[in-house]
Amino acid sequence: MPVFIPSSLNEATQLLSSNPSAHLVTGGTDLMVEVNFNHRHPETVIALRNVPEFQLWNVDHTAGLVHIGSSVPYATMEHGDLATALPALAEAARTVGSPQIRAAGSLGGNLGTCSPAGDSLPVLSALDAVVHLQSSTSTRSITFAEFMVGPKRNSRLPNEIITGVSIPITNGWQGYAKVGVRNAMVISVASVCLAIHDGKVRVALGSVGPTIIRCTESENWINSVGLENVDHSLAREFGEHVRAESRPIDDHRSTAEYRRHAVGVLSARLLLRGVQK
Amino acid sequence: MTITKTQRDILGSSALRPDGISKVQGDFAFSSDLHAENMLWGATLRSPHPYARIVSIDVSAAWKISGVECVITADDVPGQLTYGLISEDQPVFAKDFVRYMGEPVAAVAADHPETCRRALAAIKVEYEVLTPLTNPEHAIDGTREPIHPDGNIIRRQQIIHGDVHATAPIVVEGTYDIGMQDQAFLGTESALAIPDHDGAGIEVFVATQWLHEDRKQMAKCLGLPEEKVRLVLGGVGGAFGAREDISLQVHTALLSLRTIRPVKMQYGREESFFGHVHRHPAQIWMRHHANTDGRIVKIEARFVFDGGAYSSTSSAVLINGVTHTQGPYQCPNAVVDGYAVRTNNPPCGAMRGFGVVQACFAHEGQMDKLAAATGIDEVEIRLRNIIHTGDTMITGQVLESVAPLERCIQETAAMPLPPEMEEKPHELDLPGGSGRTADRRNIVRGIGWGVSMKNLMYSEGFDDYSTARCTLTNGSVELKFATSEVGQGFITLAPQIARSVLGVDNVTYDTIDTQIGSAGSTSASRQTWMSGGAVDGACRMVRERLFEHVGSLQDVDPLRLAIDDTDIIDTMGTLRISVQEASANFSVSETYEYHHRTTEDLDENGQGNCHVAFAFVAHRAVVDVDVELGLVKVVQIATAQDVGRVLNPMSVTGQIEGGIAQGLGLAVMEEIIVTNGVVRNPSFTDYLLPTALDAPQVLISMIEEPDPQAPMGAKGVGEAPCISVTPAIVAAIRNATGKTIDRCPVRPQDICF
Amino acid sequence: MSELEHYTLTINGEPREVSDAWIGESLLYVLRERLGLPGSKGACEQGECGSCTVYVDNAAVCSCLVMAATAVGTQIATVEGLNEDGSLTDVQEAFVTEGAVQCGFCTPGLVMAVHHLLDHNDSPSEQEIKEALSGNICRCTGYGRIFAAVDTVISVRKGISS
Repeated sequence: MPVFIPSSLNEATQLLSSNPSAHLVTGGTDLMVEVNFNHRHPETVIALRNVPEFQLWNVDHTAGLVHIGSSVPYATMEHGDLATALPALAEAARTVGSPQIRAAGSLGGNLGTCSPAGDSLPVLSALDAVVHLQSSTSTRSITFAEFMVGPKRNSRLPNEIITGVSIPITNGWQGYAKVGVRNAMVISVASVCLAIHDGKVRVALGSVGPTIIRCTESENWINSVGLENVDHSLAREFGEHVRAESRPIDDHRSTAEYRRHAVGVLSARLLLRGVQK
Repeated sequence: MTITKTQRDILGSSALRPDGISKVQGDFAFSSDLHAENMLWGATLRSPHPYARIVSIDVSAAWKISGVECVITADDVPGQLTYGLISEDQPVFAKDFVRYMGEPVAAVAADHPETCRRALAAIKVEYEVLTPLTNPEHAIDGTREPIHPDGNIIRRQQIIHGDVHATAPIVVEGTYDIGMQDQAFLGTESALAIPDHDGAGIEVFVATQWLHEDRKQMAKCLGLPEEKVRLVLGGVGGAFGAREDISLQVHTALLSLRTIRPVKMQYGREESFFGHVHRHPAQIWMRHHANTDGRIVKIEARFVFDGGAYSSTSSAVLINGVTHTQGPYQCPNAVVDGYAVRTNNPPCGAMRGFGVVQACFAHEGQMDKLAAATGIDEVEIRLRNIIHTGDTMITGQVLESVAPLERCIQETAAMPLPPEMEEKPHELDLPGGSGRTADRRNIVRGIGWGVSMKNLMYSEGFDDYSTARCTLTNGSVELKFATSEVGQGFITLAPQIARSVLGVDNVTYDTIDTQIGSAGSTSASRQTWMSGGAVDGACRMVRERLFEHVGSLQDVDPLRLAIDDTDIIDTMGTLRISVQEASANFSVSETYEYHHRTTEDLDENGQGNCHVAFAFVAHRAVVDVDVELGLVKVVQIATAQDVGRVLNPMSVTGQIEGGIAQGLGLAVMEEIIVTNGVVRNPSFTDYLLPTALDAPQVLISMIEEPDPQAPMGAKGVGEAPCISVTPAIVAAIRNATGKTIDRCPVRPQDICF
Repeated sequence: MSELEHYTLTINGEPREVSDAWIGESLLYVLRERLGLPGSKGACEQGECGSCTVYVDNAAVCSCLVMAATAVGTQIATVEGLNEDGSLTDVQEAFVTEGAVQCGFCTPGLVMAVHHLLDHNDSPSEQEIKEALSGNICRCTGYGRIFAAVDTVISVRKGISS
């Protein structure tokens, strides 16, 4: 039978190990587009929606850590405790597709597909998220930077399933902004996540490079300047640094020049929001 | 719950759609919902290249796939190999050359859509790829060999009017670019063909705008007499011009006739982008000469419409464009040159607004430049130049339509502006919406204007008509017409007409098919006027017969009888009898063919009475712009539209609001992006349509000045809403940003750099 | 096609057998072409129009993006199941009376989206309404009459006569 709907993590990893070419699917919002547009003709599918571990999430304030199972839908991240603990993730989740997509789509899908335009990915990068992977024989946890290795390429092994992510809670402000040429339901032209932890800024960019770009140079620059000194002109200068770290291309959605400009503007604005100026 | 109504659904009431209940329940049968026993699925193989020579086609592997019942190419077309609305220049299947990306090359019929996809993948086509002609100017300047036997210029039309040497102290000019817009109806192309048992004829259920024209073109290509091709309107999920040309009709019928089995074809969204014509991208140069008081003295213009690979309605779109150069303004002198050209870009044809959208974008840009150059307010400069009934247009035609343009502009100007943005606005009310890109301080507000006139019905001597039959039996009426209902609401209006004319309440309509004369196309804002005129005429004929019947029974001169609500009364006596009672045991049926007044071709100088009638509209747009990021939120559109007479206020409101959304799309987001003939965004992920969060507040005034030329005083309302709203929004963006932006859609980079 | 699937889906509370299905078939396809439930419409095949909106375990999702064979064991509700006695729901009635229907292709999906919104939030703000419906494209109406229909339902449910 080519469709499997395992009801435990163990069963899921066993199935994948015996069907290494199987497609893993949760909400289906990525895979089914490929199938509907005749780009994929799946032979075997493992549906993960019944694996209880993948649907779990919790906010552990003591440990300063949020765990989100790979099948938790974006709609769950938009409100409530998850949104309070991770406002940037809530803001990113709100921009994913339509309400219907957010009811089905999950971090497991964004991570599995690993598109540079994946809306949640800049947040996972900026917040130093750890991705958990499990096979029938082993378990490992790697940083997001180790996980995403190229456009639509990640370091998941063929026998591994993404079980979830762990995201440290920041003790400072965090936020997300995304440019699309429509007020809702739009693919990212450029996006930025900015987070402040222990008075230090972290910033990550989406849709402006082959992978999510973590702007370490810009972070070092602003952190050496000091957040307390941020004003409008310094924020603009910070935007220039971020802009320089982007590596966008021209495509049918926008131009490289605009994308570079947009991440500069967005990062400056997010920084000002972060310091409430 | 049940819907109860107390008022009669006569003309002027907001009668409800007769198909509304079935549509909200999901019961309504769209063409894509149809099924037949033993049905096969059809699918089309399309060219991946914009221009190539077909070296060979090998279909043998496709035939061998289990479940495949038929594979056809150009060699299997039994009749005429080409078709077209005006010029028959488009192949049913490409034979020697493919001339645009997505051109049909072969088709298959199989037991499952996935089998079809695999069969298409098994067809081997060897192409010799050629360099596509994609720059319209190269089609004009002769630097490229003809890409089609009919040449690279589809039509050229000049307009020379008045004193070509006239000049004036104020001169403004601009070059305007309009992007390729898609109609993007939601219900993609679909048809179900059911062959006669002997294979000698066929019945086709199809979503189309014009059943009889489809039948004519299909019969020729199928090599069948027209009476052997019967068309029935399948439920239509929107049209907006994209169903005026045939798409899958011949392919579906041919597969069905070959297999002697029912065949259903339905395009997916990606295929739909390749399967129908789009709005012409255009480049328009205009130079206005005006006096210092702002009055226009002369307009010079040059239009280039990119028709793509096949002509479709390009020649008519060109005529609409050049004849609307002046817009709704007086212009004594004009020198206009216009081209519709052939390229290896996607074929373009009809879309709501039909050539006038492009012209209006340019002339309204010019009016704002004129306002700036003269220092006259942009409303005042328009008012000073507006055209009036009786004025001569640049074609030499005298404007006969009622033209309440001044009221359109002044009532629009009088509508309230939206309140200033709050100090802490809701994030979804800012440009960028849920992307949370902007803060309040990043936003600048702008206001812009657009005014337009649009011809109604077909032009240039076309003998346009519509046919309707009215049958009165025992107080009930059944109507019959071939008018395509695409969502606009003719099936609501037609019974309203019958109720008003005949004083009946129970009115139904028969299946919409080719079993009656043509209704013409549901396009050009023409069905209320044309098919409304036909239904009105048929009902009046029936009323005459009814009055004769009552007159002879009651011994009253029928000429003294009239309808009063649901009664027949003697206007000079005391007789009052209900229509219900008067028509008991009485049955009469009448068919009426409505023709509009004749028009004529343009001569080589673009002179001639080529248009039937005109409607007018004004739009005022308010936008909020994030100048630094180039993002726009349209806040409010105010509009006053010349409608002649309101026959159904709710329907008119729906047409106006819907048209505005489409015009908004063209202003700020909708564009098919074509690079070297390759379509880059054939999907709803990348071809963006306005969502609920992009919809502005809309303020509407319907200007009612019944037009004596119109059958019921009512002008068509479908196209006017989407024409000048686009330049109004772009003008508002210019107003907010101070930038010169002469293209639409406006992209973020057009604003922020 | 290689292996074909046999499975049972629960639709509008009823078990429905699906036989000889290709694995790649979407729930939308199975509903429309195999189970005689064409009320859900397909207009984009990629979750960008909302015409195919159904509820899977009470979540409003795009049925074009649900792989049908993986929906075994879920509760699926379609527009046909909104009111099985053939009468209209308040949302459906308001769509008809307020002129929210033109071509009607988006209508079943919008009716499902509006029910989902109002069943979870009886007094949504203007922005909440627009955001909740932002996944349902309507090409005919410009949304004005759709908002009017939503406002009518809200008023009627609150006992305010419209």
